[in-house]
Amino acid sequence: MMPSAVGMLVGLVLAPLLLGVVNRVKAVFAGRRGQPLLQPYRDIGRLLRKGAVYSPTTTWVFRAGPVVGVAAGVVGLALLPLGGCRALVVFSGDFMLLIYLLGTARFFVVLAALDTGSAFEGMGASREVAFSALAEPALLLAMAALVRATGMRSLSDAMGKVWSDVWLPSMPVAVLVAAALAVVLLAENARIPFDDPNTHLELTMIHEVMVLDHSGPDFGLVLYGSALKGWIFAGLLAGVLVPLRTGSPWLNAGAAVVGIFAVAVGVGVVESSMARLRLVRVPQLLVGAGVMAALAVLLVR
Amino acid sequence: MGWEIDPILVALVLVNLLLLGASRLAACVRLVAVQGVLLGVLALLVQVGWSPWRAVLLAGGSILLKGIVFPRLMWKALRGAEIRREMEPYVGYTLSVLLGLGMLGLTVWVGGRLTLPVPAASHLLVPVALFTTLTGLFLIVARKKAITQVLGYLVLENGIVTFGIALSHEAPLSVELGVLLDVFVAVLVMGIIIHNIREDFDHIDADRLVSLKD
Amino acid sequence: MLLLVLLLPTVAGLAAFLVRADRTRRTLLVGTALGHLALVAAMWARPPAPAWNRWLDLDAVGLLFLSVTSLLFTVASFYAVGYLKREGHQAHRDFEEGRVFSDAPEARFVGCLLLFLASMTLVTVTQHLGLLWVAVEATTLASAPLISFHRHHRSLEATWKYLLICSVGIALALLGTFFVAVAAARPGGESASMLLADLMAEADLLQPGWLRAGFILLLVGYGTKMGLAPLHTWLPDAHAEAPSVASALLSGALLNCAFVGILRGQQLLGSAGLAAFGRDLLVVLGLVSMTFAAVFVIRQADFKRLLAYSSVEHMGIMALGVGLGGAATFGALLHAVNHSVVKGMLFMVSGNLLAAYRTKSTLAVRGAVRALPVSGVLWLVGLFAITGSPPFGTFLSELTILKGALDAGRWWVAAGYLALLGAVFAGMGRIMVRMAQGEPGEGVAVGQHEAWSAVLPAVVLLGLALLLGLWIPRGLAELLGAAGQVVGGAAWRV
Repeated sequence: MMPSAVGMLVGLVLAPLLLGVVNRVKAVFAGRRGQPLLQPYRDIGRLLRKGAVYSPTTTWVFRAGPVVGVAAGVVGLALLPLGGCRALVVFSGDFMLLIYLLGTARFFVVLAALDTGSAFEGMGASREVAFSALAEPALLLAMAALVRATGMRSLSDAMGKVWSDVWLPSMPVAVLVAAALAVVLLAENARIPFDDPNTHLELTMIHEVMVLDHSGPDFGLVLYGSALKGWIFAGLLAGVLVPLRTGSPWLNAGAAVVGIFAVAVGVGVVESSMARLRLVRVPQLLVGAGVMAALAVLLVR
Repeated sequence: MGWEIDPILVALVLVNLLLLGASRLAACVRLVAVQGVLLGVLALLVQVGWSPWRAVLLAGGSILLKGIVFPRLMWKALRGAEIRREMEPYVGYTLSVLLGLGMLGLTVWVGGRLTLPVPAASHLLVPVALFTTLTGLFLIVARKKAITQVLGYLVLENGIVTFGIALSHEAPLSVELGVLLDVFVAVLVMGIIIHNIREDFDHIDADRLVSLKD
Repeated sequence: MLLLVLLLPTVAGLAAFLVRADRTRRTLLVGTALGHLALVAAMWARPPAPAWNRWLDLDAVGLLFLSVTSLLFTVASFYAVGYLKREGHQAHRDFEEGRVFSDAPEARFVGCLLLFLASMTLVTVTQHLGLLWVAVEATTLASAPLISFHRHHRSLEATWKYLLICSVGIALALLGTFFVAVAAARPGGESASMLLADLMAEADLLQPGWLRAGFILLLVGYGTKMGLAPLHTWLPDAHAEAPSVASALLSGALLNCAFVGILRGQQLLGSAGLAAFGRDLLVVLGLVSMTFAAVFVIRQADFKRLLAYSSVEHMGIMALGVGLGGAATFGALLHAVNHSVVKGMLFMVSGNLLAAYRTKSTLAVRGAVRALPVSGVLWLVGLFAITGSPPFGTFLSELTILKGALDAGRWWVAAGYLALLGAVFAGMGRIMVRMAQGEPGEGVAVGQHEAWSAVLPAVVLLGLALLLGLWIPRGLAELLGAAGQVVGGAAWRV
């Protein structure tokens, strides 16, 4: 219980740091010094202290978006096992709830974007929904592969047996699941090659364009919510990629946190070495991720 | 045993799926070459119990032919054709990949049902062999360019050979060499014909070969 | 002896690629054909010893089809020499579209003809299922350049279809061969040999499921090559665009060789006690082929395609005969001989018509009897020979198959068979009689002199067809009976 609660707290506290790590890695690759590692915290803090501006055309839906995003992220963290360290809440089929929590958060962000009535935000919302419609099956299939391979119906139990039941008997399944999760992570967190977080041209953005109208504390919550989402995905990926399963939950959790930051470094490397895909190629890559996950499901003995 | 060859089998499946989704002909040629090399390695791994020179001869022949000679031939047929991608296939690429996934599910299901008198080296071998065979057939049917159809034929052949490698431990060397030789000559002749078709028709679209019909 | 009969055409074929003088090369062609025929004749007198670990062994089926192939090839080689002489080396004007095209080098044509003979010989003499596959695929590859001898786009198209459809079909036969190997594998791990005799000796140990699946794949694969509908789509194109001598060999010899592949599969099924399974499939495929042929024959506008569809029909008859079993098997094998002889002759005559009229249209050709006194008459007589009228051999064999159907009590099959034979007769008769009668159009001289090399081979073949209808030599009858027994028919004598 104790390590699980601490693990969740660590997630709540360290989630924005992931963004800082990614940015630092990109800066190093570009030969810059880059912003401080803690810059995301400063941004969020500054935004929270500011006042908000609301368009008269918006309704309560617009304000609910960021709050629901953070709430879903917090509950999601409670369901997320840190590698071999069990989550705070474990029950049979909890991975479905996790996926649906992410879906709920996205639904409200999209609603909030549509609520503004802005053409750009509508476009961003449409893209977000289109891509996530492809990313979600991939995520679900990846989970299904894990569940099928381990025979465990809860995420914590399944993650606990990743080494003994997935890597050892059928390494390809583990590799495929990890690859699918990695692609979904990049897509869901609006990273290159799906979306360029640095761009400020509305036409090319997907995620950023939806939150253009949020300001002050609302935007701070949006940033924090997406940081939590990033932590959840990185946690899932690290759980598969760092299959260290010892008797001690502390050690397991520590390894997983190291893995999460390694994933962040990996994202930074990918962003530094790749260009954004053309929009028409994005669905193909996502379908590819889905195919890999489906292959993993089929390959399980 | 399964631990070593499973990654190769999965790679074969991925190559098939990529082939179904690839539009550029050069990429297709490269993918088929990769598949040929994978097949050679597979032959080497599965036939550990055999006399080494025989395994090396077969695997080497397969790698040499399918990995180097065929791609060269294909490139030669492509060169000057000014055609680099398959436009407007009968079945779109994303749909092809999804259909491929369906075929994979089907073959896994079938493979699980077949009872083999001899245990195969891996439970994946039969499904992967059948899936590769189906992929080849699909490519022949769903694509228009003559060259893609030859590639489809090669994939079909690869699938059947995978099956052979997996199951008939006995298939004598001379027969396997004969099969290899036949395939080689088939591709050679097809390459020559494609070359002639290109010179004669200024295109290599098999769907425009429609002057003969009833 | 078996190795010799294989090596002779192989070596001669390779040599033909290198020979530069036309005269030498043509002599080589005819000489090899005669040598091959002599060797085969010697095998009738004294059965050859198995060679190469019993991989090569001549049984009754093999000897039957080897003899037909060799005989037809020899006659065709004479025709080919005359044809090549008349064709010359200059460029030709394509009579359908007016473009100019040239022929492929003659050395390639002759070389491929001889290699084609070698591969067909291998098909008939091998007893090993794997080698059988290699040989059948080799026949495709050796014959593809024959089809594209005239280098124009229609022949290229036909060659492409032929190569691709047959290669894919035969690839499935390879899968079927592997399935049979799986069926023969023992739980202990050591697998059985793929020799037909070994497989049949332990037939009761074969896994029935795998064997059935393997047979279906063999049937689809070799059936594609044999031209069984609905897998026949390559056949009319290839037969129509190939030079007539190549068409004659494709139709008279190659299709039979593919049939050998199917017979081997049926042989295996029979020994495993599954004969009925294969037979039912053959009956269905046979009737479907005859139906397709009848439909396409009736309004056919191209007389070489007409003959090609007739081949589809006759392949259907042969499949039907083997499928019915009993006396019909004997009839089917006899029919294979008759069909080869008659169809080879008809294709040669069609080549003569084509040369005189410069069109393949059934409507444009009129008055063949007047324009070409010999070929025209042969064409008309050939019509009766191919449609199974007495006194030709085809009548006898088709009647035997009908008897088989009636003996087996399969009235519906018999009725369908008769109706389809009638439909094809009507369709072919209408077209071919119209071509033979009337006045030749403008630009076609009346009473043309024909070279002996163009008509004599056809006359010889027609004579054989007539002979087979009147009297079947004892040796042949015995061979047919033995071959019928091999593939599971009853021992039945004329």
